[in-house]
Amino acid sequence: MVIEMVIAGVCVIGLFAALGLVLVLMERRVAAWIQIRLGPNRVGPKGMLQSLADTVKLLVKEGMTPNGADKFLFNFAPFIAMMVAMLLMAPIAFAKDFQLWDLNIGVLYFSAISSIMVISILMAGWASNNKYSLMGAMRSGAQIVSYELSAGLSILAVVILTGSLNLNEIIQSQADGWWIFKGHIPVIIAFIIFIIAVTAETNRAPFDLAEAESELTAGFHTEYSGMKFALFFLAEYINVFIVCAIGATLFLGGWMPFHIGHWEAFNHVMDYIPSSLWFFGKTFFLIFLIMWFRWTFPRLRIDQLLNLEWKYLLPISMFNILLVTLMAILGWHF
Amino acid sequence: MSNNSNYKDSSSIPPLASGGGGASSSGGGALQYLKDVFNGLKSLATGLRRTLYYFTHHKEIITEQYPENRDTLNLPERFKGEVVMPHDENNEHACTGCTACELACPNATIKIITKFDITPEGKKKKALDKFVYHLELCTMCNLCVVACPTDAIKMAQTFEHSVFDRSELTKILNKPGSKIREGIE
Repeated sequence: MVIEMVIAGVCVIGLFAALGLVLVLMERRVAAWIQIRLGPNRVGPKGMLQSLADTVKLLVKEGMTPNGADKFLFNFAPFIAMMVAMLLMAPIAFAKDFQLWDLNIGVLYFSAISSIMVISILMAGWASNNKYSLMGAMRSGAQIVSYELSAGLSILAVVILTGSLNLNEIIQSQADGWWIFKGHIPVIIAFIIFIIAVTAETNRAPFDLAEAESELTAGFHTEYSGMKFALFFLAEYINVFIVCAIGATLFLGGWMPFHIGHWEAFNHVMDYIPSSLWFFGKTFFLIFLIMWFRWTFPRLRIDQLLNLEWKYLLPISMFNILLVTLMAILGWHF
Repeated sequence: MSNNSNYKDSSSIPPLASGGGGASSSGGGALQYLKDVFNGLKSLATGLRRTLYYFTHHKEIITEQYPENRDTLNLPERFKGEVVMPHDENNEHACTGCTACELACPNATIKIITKFDITPEGKKKKALDKFVYHLELCTMCNLCVVACPTDAIKMAQTFEHSVFDRSELTKILNKPGSKIREGIE
């Protein structure tokens, strides 16, 4: 039992490191191509080792703690961010029968734990004893509290259709078609709202008000440097991966291959592609979507952000829940 | 994205705080609300389409890999590096020494020193002696080139101007022994 836990822990940490490197490089590449630039191309072949070099740089930097800061909370906050990210890894099904923890309330677990993310940001902003940090943290609080609602409601759409909170059962229910295809327009609306809400929850542009480098220097992590900053940075990317993995699981069928009705030959070919590839392919597609948003849309103002949630996303997703419920009761989905 | 009306009612905060409902609370009601949502999504999609175009069309990238491609640099037409005075094969230029460029220069980069030539008829005629150009003061604004009535100066595309001594940046643009081309007044 202990050995199992150690192996799982090492795997998760390894996955974290690999994801951090890959996602940072991917982000910079996507950003560069969208902005008609070349992106990192000096370190290693085609700039592949750029994020590795950056990691080494961050590792050897001095981890400063400001004099006026609350030392304990200041140093503890980045670890909370990482812990939350690690906890969120548990219920994700990476491939067929490959899951750290198959618990029967996976969806609930995800939405509960992901709300703790904001604690680390609030902690960092408060402990820094810096007005920029505090403002960034407070904005992040307002933002995550608001967007939790529509994220939860859009997840609920799939839960209603499946009748289960277990991520494995949700995946199994999509064996004959992913929910985004089976669920008609209501599920597509739920998917769009989910993507918007999780972009906000992970504090990424156009909702990166907690950071807002043009107004708040760097928001909640203004005072952080070296590895402590790197942990926040890494946690952001891991969170993006996790919310995209959950999105892929709920709406795009997790590791389920793409099947079309009764095209037996086509379905067989699709089955030959390993389930882990399906999972990572879908997840990275969603990650690309979120990166695409980041480099297309300008940042919202705080009042616009809250308007968008309370006047648009929340009413729409509540109405959408009604539609989905009706659909589930009358059995209108495939 | 000029008509991003999704955020219309929020981008202009109404002076009366009670009117927070914006467009959706007045008149049009639900229809206006749906229209806002639809227009917002449409304008977001327009933006996404543009960035996806750039993402997939790498030939639009104009970045120059400078130190490597020094010999094959592809500079844009309007790139301005320094002021030069073209001379033809007879070592003749087109500058009359009128000082229009000196007057046009906003930060005294150009200093024209004139002399008096004696024409064959025995008349004295003003001519250019030295065209002093302070590259270190120049902002490449192009006003001198525009001001010149005889097109005697133009902007070159050289840009590697670093030197160890600042005085090397003060240049005399007319070549030694050069004179004004026939027929330019």
